[in-house]
Amino acid sequence: MSTSAEVLTLPSRQPRFAFIRGLRFSGFPLIPTAILLGIALVAVFANQLAPHNPEVGSLAARFKPPFWETGGTMKYLLGTDQLGRDVLSRLIFGARVSMVVSITAVLFAGVVGTTLGIISGYVGGWVDQVIMRLVDTWLALPALTFAIFLAAIVGPSMWNIVIILGITYWTRYARVIRGEVLSLKEREFVRLAIVAGCSKWTIMIRHILPNVINSAIVLGTLMVGVVIITEATLSFLGVGVPPPQPAWGLMLSDGKQSLMVGRWWLTVLPGCCIMLMVLSANILGDWLRVKLDPQLRQL
Amino acid sequence: MPKAPLLELENLSTHYVSAQGTRVVRAVDDVSLRIHAGETLGIVGESGSGKSTLALTILRVLPPAARIVSGRMMFEGEDLLRKSDEEMQKVRGRRIAMILQDPMASLNPLFTIGNQVAEPIRVHEGASRTTAWNRARELLKSVRIPSPETRVRQYPHEMSGGMRQRIVGAIGISCEPRLLIADEPTTSLDLTIQAQYLKLLRDLQQAHGLALIFITHNLGIVAKMCDQLAVMYAGRVVESGPVSRIFNSPAHPYTEALLNSIPRMSDDRQRLTAIEGQPPDLSKMPPGCSFAPRCPRAFDQCLQMAPPETVTEEGRTARCWLAAPALGATAAAGLRREAV
Repeated sequence: MSTSAEVLTLPSRQPRFAFIRGLRFSGFPLIPTAILLGIALVAVFANQLAPHNPEVGSLAARFKPPFWETGGTMKYLLGTDQLGRDVLSRLIFGARVSMVVSITAVLFAGVVGTTLGIISGYVGGWVDQVIMRLVDTWLALPALTFAIFLAAIVGPSMWNIVIILGITYWTRYARVIRGEVLSLKEREFVRLAIVAGCSKWTIMIRHILPNVINSAIVLGTLMVGVVIITEATLSFLGVGVPPPQPAWGLMLSDGKQSLMVGRWWLTVLPGCCIMLMVLSANILGDWLRVKLDPQLRQL
Repeated sequence: MPKAPLLELENLSTHYVSAQGTRVVRAVDDVSLRIHAGETLGIVGESGSGKSTLALTILRVLPPAARIVSGRMMFEGEDLLRKSDEEMQKVRGRRIAMILQDPMASLNPLFTIGNQVAEPIRVHEGASRTTAWNRARELLKSVRIPSPETRVRQYPHEMSGGMRQRIVGAIGISCEPRLLIADEPTTSLDLTIQAQYLKLLRDLQQAHGLALIFITHNLGIVAKMCDQLAVMYAGRVVESGPVSRIFNSPAHPYTEALLNSIPRMSDDRQRLTAIEGQPPDLSKMPPGCSFAPRCPRAFDQCLQMAPPETVTEEGRTARCWLAAPALGATAAAGLRREAV
């Protein structure tokens, strides 16, 4: 029979690797992920990778340019700063600061914001009013000014920066998550849980939370970029990570006086690091958003 | 001496109040009903007649705008309206369970079937994970899910509609409730699955001695499933009694009209009779009988005064001036009552 033969040949007409395109990893941002992974590895193995102590320099070797410029030596591959500290080592240890600060601050903001968002959306009533008006007020404060204000109160240290960034940015989570919860709580499975006698807390933890985790993750990856920038800005302004520690924003700040006399490596190099990390985080976040957002994902 | 009813509703009223308090919608108005253990009570009525609100009232899971304004709900000798929220939480799912209007959407897409069937058992009986899961497997078997061993580990999207429906049924009976409320559980199913599901509900009911409240607008299902029937119109029970007797001789013109609007194979009539007009706005109820504007047999009194609930014969009630056996006497008594 000719018809059955036709039917049988149909599958083989498809391109051989068609199934790969259908995978969830299509369009996966390989380079940004590699960059982020690289930065993470550098942060973890900073002790092994850094050729010099990042906090101690020799004044005899101040302002050495990178090795390819005249006057540069192979001893200091990317030159030295005004105290004779190795720029490469400081960049490597700076990666650690940026990684730790961005991840913990995003987690902190995420936990606080998601919790309050779920409570606000699910419990409703005056609780919702209180939390949401608090969020409104919070958002009316300029984030950076608020962060500087907080930093001035608690004093500079890396963990204080994490807390400051957390309490500056939790509001973004709270808003988004609350919106999702409002629609989730009208879903039938939540109603079934209610008539099955589950308490409010059981429903929030077992039925609502797992359904908003996706959004929280997407928001988190997009927030990483914002948090890194803010951390760098705070360090640049002198209210971030305290000076002996190497942070990229701090390095920018230290290098700015000598930029005019041509010592570009002190500002351009940490600037590039910040840009690369933020760009990578944003691209990865965008991809995740498309993959995890039910409205954009085509089921 | 008849047994005490399992659930007895007395003059129950639930109103929705607008935010400003200016509009009051009498969604459930002065409803009295009773159901005995092992019985099936069908509640029929058109959309917006208060059937679902009544179900939510019994479980006390009403939306914030709704208030239970009066009445009593005696369940196994306890007034559910006097219970605290925590006590009600223990009643829901354990002693009174409910199957929702859209069982297809009632399962959480993120959890396995076993997890969801086991949830009420763990919540109410504090059972360990393994016991609850074993029970879940047995429950799936009892609702005729093939190979429950593998199904417990699967997710809702891996099931067909009929299967998901039966799983929701299994969740309903998981803690062996005394009363199961099924709110239009078959509307989203096709006819063959519907018939299977109804049979399953009947079997479960007989196996566990459940009382079943079956909310529907399908009188055909009522005829097959129910022992008792309550017809709701505009928030009130206009007629109640045993199904067969109501079907044979409806006492209220609305019930009669409903029965006349069912298509029948043996029918020699050319057209189905529709009920003219619309149900009244529940926030602007007419002073008289709520059905009077659409009633073909309404007379002056109907437009002026709402008829009281009268016992027409043993076990039957109706809210109609025509149904009162001694119209004059009852009407006069009713008049006096309304006047006070």
